[in-house]
Amino acid sequence: MVNLTPSEQTRVNEAMLKGMRVSADEEAAELKNDGAAITASEPVDAEFDPEDLVFDASDLSVFYGDFRAVRDVNMLIKRNEITALIGPSGCGKSTVLRSFNRMNDLIPTARVQGNLLYRGVDLYDPRVDPVEVRRRIGMVFQKPNPFPKSIYDNVAYGPRVAGRKKGLDDVVESSLKKAALWDEVKDRLQESAIGLSGGQQQRLSIARAIAVDPEVLLMDEPCSALDPIATARIEELMAEIKDEYTILIVTHNMQQAARVSDRTAFFSVEVDETSDRRTGLLVEYTTTEKLFSNPDDDRTENYITGRFG
Amino acid sequence: MRPSTIGNTGTAQRVEDEIFRQGRDLRGSGFRLLIFSALALSILILVVLIGQVLTDGWPVLSERFGDFWTGTLRSRSSDDSLGISQGLVGSFWIAVFVAVLAFPIGIAAAIYLEEYAPQNWVTKSLDIAIRNLAGVPSVVYGLLGLFLFVKLANDGQSALFAGGITLAILVLPIVVITSAEAIRAVPSSLREGAYGVGATKWDVIRSQVLPFAAPGILTGTLLSLSRAVGEAAPLILVGAITGRLAPRDGSFWGLEQFGDRFTAMPIIIVGWVQESGRDEGFGSAAGAAIVVLLGLVIAMNSVAVLLRNYFEKKRG
Repeated sequence: MVNLTPSEQTRVNEAMLKGMRVSADEEAAELKNDGAAITASEPVDAEFDPEDLVFDASDLSVFYGDFRAVRDVNMLIKRNEITALIGPSGCGKSTVLRSFNRMNDLIPTARVQGNLLYRGVDLYDPRVDPVEVRRRIGMVFQKPNPFPKSIYDNVAYGPRVAGRKKGLDDVVESSLKKAALWDEVKDRLQESAIGLSGGQQQRLSIARAIAVDPEVLLMDEPCSALDPIATARIEELMAEIKDEYTILIVTHNMQQAARVSDRTAFFSVEVDETSDRRTGLLVEYTTTEKLFSNPDDDRTENYITGRFG
Repeated sequence: MRPSTIGNTGTAQRVEDEIFRQGRDLRGSGFRLLIFSALALSILILVVLIGQVLTDGWPVLSERFGDFWTGTLRSRSSDDSLGISQGLVGSFWIAVFVAVLAFPIGIAAAIYLEEYAPQNWVTKSLDIAIRNLAGVPSVVYGLLGLFLFVKLANDGQSALFAGGITLAILVLPIVVITSAEAIRAVPSSLREGAYGVGATKWDVIRSQVLPFAAPGILTGTLLSLSRAVGEAAPLILVGAITGRLAPRDGSFWGLEQFGDRFTAMPIIIVGWVQESGRDEGFGSAAGAAIVVLLGLVIAMNSVAVLLRNYFEKKRG
């Protein structure tokens, strides 16, 4: 039996309360440096192999200055799964998503508290290079944001800044094929990406993100600016590339979460009576099937049935 | 019959009364007239001004325009070799000083302020200070140039380099402000997109921020160049020549002239206008010189506009 620090003990307890089986004896996902190990699995799911553990967020909070924007984020994210983050506006789901590839670093006042492990390594260790993190953990944004360059240069941008010079043609072609855009643009790769339609631009953003061969794709409401047909294409695309990538998607659309994701995290908001500040929190995180059919928490139930108040 | 035509012409009449134009937007029309008058007045003033200098300068422009370009400063207006060549040389080199000194330093400072400087009170005070510097009267920069570059650096001798550096300093704050604003206008989605695929800060600045901000930076810097070329007051203070300046032996491009006494287009104009009281011919010469300077400034501004359009088109 290994010794657990109090916070880890708490975490193990919480995991048990949530119905996960925790055993410190089995060699499993390593926590920090003291060799403590956890194997977690959900009752409805197969064994959660520690090899498959991509992110381990425990007691994660994100602050903007002194203001705590989100708290209580405890999530284990599994490889090659699609994990959806849902919840009302202002619940901090995008903030959490952006903390997973250190995108919040761009906001000078933002900081995190708690632990966020990526494959067992603390993402917020001072030695971590956020640029390297973002190469492994790519991001697709809410609004399609093609660079004002050619389609080719958009996709080749990531590999180029990573120092790659040869074989770019192949990377561009395979990325565009994976993003289901190749057939539509293969004859005009040198034309400006600004001329593409919104749905095409968003698939280009996905191609651009996967061109650096990341392990994880973070998608921040990728379909909110798209029409239903373009949305359907992106959803199909997510299902197709799921075998190669681990996907986290923030969405306002509950049907979308239900359709595409394996697990869903529901976030909610609490309003502080005195300061009127809104803090988001993770309410429930489980398999999508369970969350939408038989949630444990009343707040989840109210939200998914449209009775959110 | 369609329902709309079945016996309810009364309704149609009523709706017609309500939705037909009734010319009630008096305040709107008044406002439109007011702003149009403002535009018309500005253009009228400009037309009168140009008409005036063209008339004044016509004798020179029509009779000896070619000689006027190559001529030099003379004590009599009837002198056949009276002309602006020395002013053109001076103004050209002043523009070179501005382009070489003010542009790179100003753009670099703007990049630092916008991209690297921490958002604190020091940066904010710097920003305000730079804005104030842009509003300081140009004579004050002339005093600075007189003290630093003439008295301290050149033993009290006026020189071309003193005028050039002084004007570079004069437009530096303008270059910083316009460049910083162009950089601030770069959409954050572009930065995020680049950071999101693992670009470093330097990658983002080089490949996204600067190309996107280029048209704005170019316009701002070229307009500041026009401003420098048109400035007279600081040059008078650092000792540009208004009266007679002996023709130089050296070539137009010779760098040795940086240490020589100099003149510039606006200075020539000021000098000739002063002389016109005693010798009317100088009035004509001044008019012609103004036409030339206006032409040069308009040409530079047109280049600014063309370059901006080119880069905006290129950025898609």
